[in-house]
Amino acid sequence: MIKRLFSNKMVLFGGSIVLIFVVVAICCPLLSPYDPYQINLCERLQPPSKEHLCGTDNIGRDVLSRIIYGTRVSLAIGVIATLISLIFGLFFGVLGGYFGGYIDKMVLCLIDIMLAFPGLLLAIGIAVAIGPGLLTLFMALSIVGWAGFARMVRGVVIAAKEQAYVEAARAIGVSDMGIITRHILPNCLSMVIVLSTLKIGSFILGEAALSFLGLGAQPPTPTWGSMVSTGFVFLRSAPWISIIPGLTIAVVVIGFNLLGDGLRDIFDPKLRQKID
Amino acid sequence: MLCYIIKRILLTLPVLFGIATITFILLFLVPGDATLCVVGERVDKETMEIIRKERGLDKPIVERYINYLSRLIHLDLGRSYSTGIQVSKAISQRFPNTLYLTIAAMFVAIIIGIPLGIFSAVMRGRFVDYICMFLAVFGVSTPVFWFGLLLICVFSIYLGWLPASGMGNGDIRHLIMPALTLGLHSVAFIARITRTSMLEVIGENYIRTARAKGVYEYMVILKHAIKNALIPIITLIGLDFGSYLNGSVLTETIFGWPGLGRYAVEGIMKRDIPIVMGTVLFGATVFVLANLVVDILYYLLNPRIRYDKK
Repeated sequence: MIKRLFSNKMVLFGGSIVLIFVVVAICCPLLSPYDPYQINLCERLQPPSKEHLCGTDNIGRDVLSRIIYGTRVSLAIGVIATLISLIFGLFFGVLGGYFGGYIDKMVLCLIDIMLAFPGLLLAIGIAVAIGPGLLTLFMALSIVGWAGFARMVRGVVIAAKEQAYVEAARAIGVSDMGIITRHILPNCLSMVIVLSTLKIGSFILGEAALSFLGLGAQPPTPTWGSMVSTGFVFLRSAPWISIIPGLTIAVVVIGFNLLGDGLRDIFDPKLRQKID
Repeated sequence: MLCYIIKRILLTLPVLFGIATITFILLFLVPGDATLCVVGERVDKETMEIIRKERGLDKPIVERYINYLSRLIHLDLGRSYSTGIQVSKAISQRFPNTLYLTIAAMFVAIIIGIPLGIFSAVMRGRFVDYICMFLAVFGVSTPVFWFGLLLICVFSIYLGWLPASGMGNGDIRHLIMPALTLGLHSVAFIARITRTSMLEVIGENYIRTARAKGVYEYMVILKHAIKNALIPIITLIGLDFGSYLNGSVLTETIFGWPGLGRYAVEGIMKRDIPIVMGTVLFGATVFVLANLVVDILYYLLNPRIRYDKK
């Protein structure tokens, strides 16, 4: 398996990008050349130079330092929102897929309703209802994301529960919980890893979009989306304020998408079509 | 056939009901007194009470929910807190602009995405294929709002070729950048799907037969492969309608396009709950109905599905 991982170009390339950003997120204080919150009005709207590699923003804060600290926020939101979605997705997916009948119908109806909302519009609705902030981002993205996990898990569980080894486990008296945890959930593992990797990327995009609209983390917390939004007004005079954080978002999401695609090819080539 | 269509429509009803319920729950979740959103903090208690009564906010939750559903049946999405204008009326005025932009974006996505996918599939494993697929991954991974800003930077600020905002008076130049921005994700999505679908079809026996008969390669692709590969692509283009609604919120904000998405953002800025929830509800309903239409069309277009159902 490790040999296959290292021989897949997408996994290598995407994984390297992700790894770099993870290191940046962990080592922010060491890598950041300036304090990301430090206002310096004398140096406002400075173009990229030796002193400020990515320039400064409208109140003189170093753009590179803010991007470096923003990595922490974006990755944390991507990972935590994915984990929350995954927990709910696993719960409802297993519930519907394993027990079937009316429970499955109710779960399926709930999944259909959640998937009927265009994701960003629903996240906006939730964010406006609760009020902007980091917690809102976690909640909005998780509520939007769990149904996708649940649908996939349900499919895998339905297929797995018909297998002979599940029948055998049931015949020797293993409890439902035992069958689910020991025999059914391991079947979902590869699909969960692939989908989670892809979801982190899409949640980072979602976070950026909500922050761009002013519904994410509030100033002065550095987030990539809010940096693009701040720079929008200064697009003519100081395009670097928007362009560089936006490019960072694109690069990190490309990393997660390539990693996800590569893992999908390795774990199950047939899964590719299902997820597409 | 009629049976299938009726069944499909009936299946949509609980979903629409669920959407309405979730939107109501979101309205109910708004922290603090909703009346304060209408009149602001500095208001006396009597006025507050009058407004609460006027808007039915003093009634029990179940009664409010029933009233809300009965208003929805009459297509009443409430009045804007800031302007007092009916939300449904404002939506009906702005939706055609969003639809105009969406159709243009779909057109862009189709004329770029399908050839890109076909080209990539035909050149499978070659350098060109990797470039095309990298472009597709880049398209999926790029934030819509950032791509829009990039286009403004290049084509409006530096080259001065295209106007940066507004709809103009139907001038096509105003449409180019918003349509490209909104269509970006779909270009990537369609290119990837087309490639997968084409690769599947290219591996079929009838393609091998056509080649064995000595048919030119371009004829094999144009006449035999594309025709069969397009059926799932057309369906997925329709099902991707939701991404246009998502994208319209950001695209319309950047380009000052007077559509539904910008209306939603105006609602966010003013904390105007009826506008936000009205647009969320409307967007979800349009999405569900679009899926319904695509499903029915797919059933009508694809004979294999019809036979399977029988």
